[in-house]
Amino acid sequence: MKITQRWLAEFTSVDESPAALAAQLTLSGLEVEGYAAAAPAFSEVVVGEVLECARHPDADRLSVCVVTTDGQDRLQIVCGAPNVRAGLRVAVARVGARLPGGVAIRRSKLRGVESQGMLCSARELGLGTEHDGILELPAEFATGADLRTALDLDDVVFEVNATPNRGDCMSVLGIARDHAAARERRRLMHPVAAVTARHEEIREVRLEAGAACPVFANRLIRGVRAGGQSPLWLRERLRRVGVNSISPIVDVTNYVMLELGQPMHAYDAGLLQGAVSVRWARGGERLTLLDDREYALAEDHLVIADVAGAISLAGIMGGRRTAICERTTDVFLEVAHFDPAAVAGRARRLGLFTDSAQRFERGVDPTLPVRAIERATALLLEIAGGEPGPVDVRRVGGEFVPRPLELRRERLERMLGTSVPESEVGEILAAICEQVSPTAAGWRASAPPHRFDLAIEVDLIEEVARLRGFDRIPERHAVAPQIAGVSSETRLAPERILEAMIDRGYREVITYSFVDPVLQRTLFPEAKALELANPISNDLAQMRVSLWPGLVHAARENLRRQQSRLRLIEAGRRFVLEDATLREIETLSGLVTGPKWPEQWGSARESADFYDVKADLEGLFALTGDHGDWRFQADAHPTLRPGRTARIERAGLCVGWLGELHPGIAKALDLPSGIWLFELDSESAFACNKLYFKKISKFPSVRRDLAVVVEERVTFAELLENVTLASAGLLTDLFAFDVYRGPGIEAGRKSVALGLILQDSSRTLTDVDADTVVASVAQRLRDVFSATIRDQ
Amino acid sequence: MAEHESLPSLVERTLAEVSACVDLAALDEVRVRVLGKKGLLTERLKTLGGLPAGERPAAGQRINDAKVEIQTALERARAALEAAALEAALAAGRIDVSLPGRGPDAGSMHPVTRTRLRIERIFAQAGFQIAAGPEVEDDFHNFEALNIPPNHPARAMHDTFYFPDGRLLRTHTSPVQIRAMRQQEPPLAVIAPGRVYRCDSDMTHPPMFHQVEGLVVGETVSFANLKAMLHTFVERFFERPLGMRLRPSYFPFTEPSAEVDIECVFCQGQGCRVCKQTGWLEILGCGMIHPNVLAAAGIDAERWQGYAFGMGIERLAMLRYGVDDLRLFFENDLQFLKQFP
Repeated sequence: MKITQRWLAEFTSVDESPAALAAQLTLSGLEVEGYAAAAPAFSEVVVGEVLECARHPDADRLSVCVVTTDGQDRLQIVCGAPNVRAGLRVAVARVGARLPGGVAIRRSKLRGVESQGMLCSARELGLGTEHDGILELPAEFATGADLRTALDLDDVVFEVNATPNRGDCMSVLGIARDHAAARERRRLMHPVAAVTARHEEIREVRLEAGAACPVFANRLIRGVRAGGQSPLWLRERLRRVGVNSISPIVDVTNYVMLELGQPMHAYDAGLLQGAVSVRWARGGERLTLLDDREYALAEDHLVIADVAGAISLAGIMGGRRTAICERTTDVFLEVAHFDPAAVAGRARRLGLFTDSAQRFERGVDPTLPVRAIERATALLLEIAGGEPGPVDVRRVGGEFVPRPLELRRERLERMLGTSVPESEVGEILAAICEQVSPTAAGWRASAPPHRFDLAIEVDLIEEVARLRGFDRIPERHAVAPQIAGVSSETRLAPERILEAMIDRGYREVITYSFVDPVLQRTLFPEAKALELANPISNDLAQMRVSLWPGLVHAARENLRRQQSRLRLIEAGRRFVLEDATLREIETLSGLVTGPKWPEQWGSARESADFYDVKADLEGLFALTGDHGDWRFQADAHPTLRPGRTARIERAGLCVGWLGELHPGIAKALDLPSGIWLFELDSESAFACNKLYFKKISKFPSVRRDLAVVVEERVTFAELLENVTLASAGLLTDLFAFDVYRGPGIEAGRKSVALGLILQDSSRTLTDVDADTVVASVAQRLRDVFSATIRDQ
Repeated sequence: MAEHESLPSLVERTLAEVSACVDLAALDEVRVRVLGKKGLLTERLKTLGGLPAGERPAAGQRINDAKVEIQTALERARAALEAAALEAALAAGRIDVSLPGRGPDAGSMHPVTRTRLRIERIFAQAGFQIAAGPEVEDDFHNFEALNIPPNHPARAMHDTFYFPDGRLLRTHTSPVQIRAMRQQEPPLAVIAPGRVYRCDSDMTHPPMFHQVEGLVVGETVSFANLKAMLHTFVERFFERPLGMRLRPSYFPFTEPSAEVDIECVFCQGQGCRVCKQTGWLEILGCGMIHPNVLAAAGIDAERWQGYAFGMGIERLAMLRYGVDDLRLFFENDLQFLKQFP
């Protein structure tokens, strides 16, 4: 909320600079978001009186005025405002004046008539947006007075953010009270004088909602002048704190709310029918509020009603039917206490955000209505006249009973980690609480009615720390138990995995966990995804079942930005529903497209293919220390291109997939072909085998090469399996160093050149040994695959 | 002719031929022709037998001298030719060392990950364990156990993503506090980094971002300890001495609660556009764990106490690397990613 320094000074001494005040408030828990002068800089603008006012001879809309600024001078000023008239007190920018925005006032001629200055509108002086006419000053303003002084414009406006627990600081009084406690350790009291009743009329009021509305003060004020404008000082003060002036009566209720923190509502008493009651809304009940919108009420909406129905939404906004208007003569003033629980959440649910609801939700002093109604009455009489009736206070339950609080010295010091002099604690408590007294262990006190946040011991610890200043608590390192940490080899560290891929040229991305359902369905037509009840947009409405939708989206955006070579990787969770059970699965996924190498001299521009990505994954798998049990098994996946899809198995269990994006999907998504995708389940793929040293053979290894011609369908995995079986345990490594199709090989067959590394751990292999193995391998391949062995 | 040529003449002619050689092959040809098995000089040695015995030693000596002279010349010429050949080979083998290296290019780590890992390391070195919790949370862990009553503004639909069954996407990493405290007996020190979600997104606030939650519980873990830990953390993170201040604030799950400001890292606290001329930057929220939260986690709040803090990873990454738009973190533009090796 906004407050001004002058307004604050009416309650407590404020002699620090604006910067110091802002810092003081901020460091005691009332964050000052910013502060600014109440009016922009201008000079040489004084109060003047229009003595004469005549039509301009050559312009219908202009008037030629004679204005005095000291009772003696007679300045001729041409003015275009419709409201200029003789006898009016006006703001005169004399020749030589500087207005906001650097406008300099000079002697000039308007349509041939000399003008010795300017009569200013509110907007021209930076005092609001009014520009329909010139600013009308009160008749009691002395001519010649500097306008800045007359209007007290050298005031400063602070934007203060009270935290949600501090409803008591949503008023000038509340901020003054906290400031006095923080700076002076003084408990600020603010009694309000009662206004004597001048008639006896009381309206019947029934409180039917129990504890939701325990206090309802009301008063009938007859014979008010509801029309016209509030006085300038009131409008000006409201303007400074960002509240529009509506009418004198509404302005008064707003003013008292801002000043004391008590929201209230004024009804046109002439429009009320019968007794007024506070009750819960009935199912299906409808109410048109002051914003001219009709609301359907629920049974947990508290309303004020008369016999004809609801007339206001309690603590939130008044109704249209009984609203104050220019013809209003009798005002029924409602100043009630609503329990926070009876208001909280209701306004937001209806899409409303009101100053009143904001205060009641956080808690308004339940003893405040009686003082606030007196303050509002006094102000109303001053501004709009009228005859007040007696204050009628209806209650449910008794008077406010203060909450007892206790603070232990030991607890305070253990929590803050520092000692606080007892006298200081006592002073601070006395500045904020009632009935403070020492006990053997510390202090006892009562929470004042405006402090909804003081209920338990730690609330007082916070008050002591806050009002002394957090800066007075030292920085002290903890003496913590020294417990050995963890460095596990049972799993690859996530950052190791990421770094390995980054070193292979991948770029890590982070995509949203929720994705476009259309894209996700395109990629995973059958997957069941968790739907958000309230997505921020239709294209972020579903939890991802895979990281591929995010990667595909990121790829599409980058391809659009003319990046043709992409190697993207993401580590994160996917959200998989299995029989209504949700699993969050840690996942590593990647997308590769475009040339194998960055464009560079001396290497061919080949597109990355399956085997490039497979090598990256094999590099990762090698980090687990498990060299044996991985299989890339040809399989089908709805997202991937048939014939170019591998299910990745570890020890017979599926740990992920690798393949090319299905051409049909690529086409549907307007993506190029040759997009390779992989996804790994981190938990199972990156569990590590315990490393165990294997004795190094002292005997040399022998290499034998073998070129076998087999049918296309024979896989390398099958060759490996059979070569191993036929090698009598001597094979330590097998690799394919060439795969050839073409002249010399009949169609439908391929030649695979195999390199066999043979080694024994107990002796040196002879040529004869090696030849025997090769012969056995060749024989087995002939038997199993009808392979032919090409000459070496 | 050779029969009659004098030895000096032969030597002189051969030396001339040697010096005229332009390559090793020519040189070898001269060597064979003169010094080979049937070379001119070798042939002359064979004629010594025909001379009278008294003349043989002197004649032999002359021929040998001639041979040595020619051999020396041949060796010198060979060395010169070899040096020239090496020179030529080196010249031919010169490469352009300014051509770029060949092979894969470097990848990049997302700045949020980079920042998260740094935060993790800094706290791990202080003895914190790293914990994790689910992103799809229940109401109890995300709100109730954290002392956020049903009508608290943070629970309203406009902040929290819900699922039809009442579950929600965690709005902060604080639920991990509850899980950690329920899993382990105090004393404990834990940080929990992870994704969090808010549906109050607008142009500058993405609906997903990252937080790190910290939690320390012990018998005497105090506000003074919290201040010391955080101050050391920010100085280690920014790798420089930095002023820090705590402003009283409010979080339902801590009390006392504070917002932590550091001296602006862009203007050294002098006031600039980033810190809105205040000289301070807000970087995290913290406080002493509320007794209701300890109770919800089954911890005796009379005996144990502790502190908790939470910070936005993107916020720290922005301050550290000068990134001025939060949205860049999730656009995954290669031109952005490339800047973070």
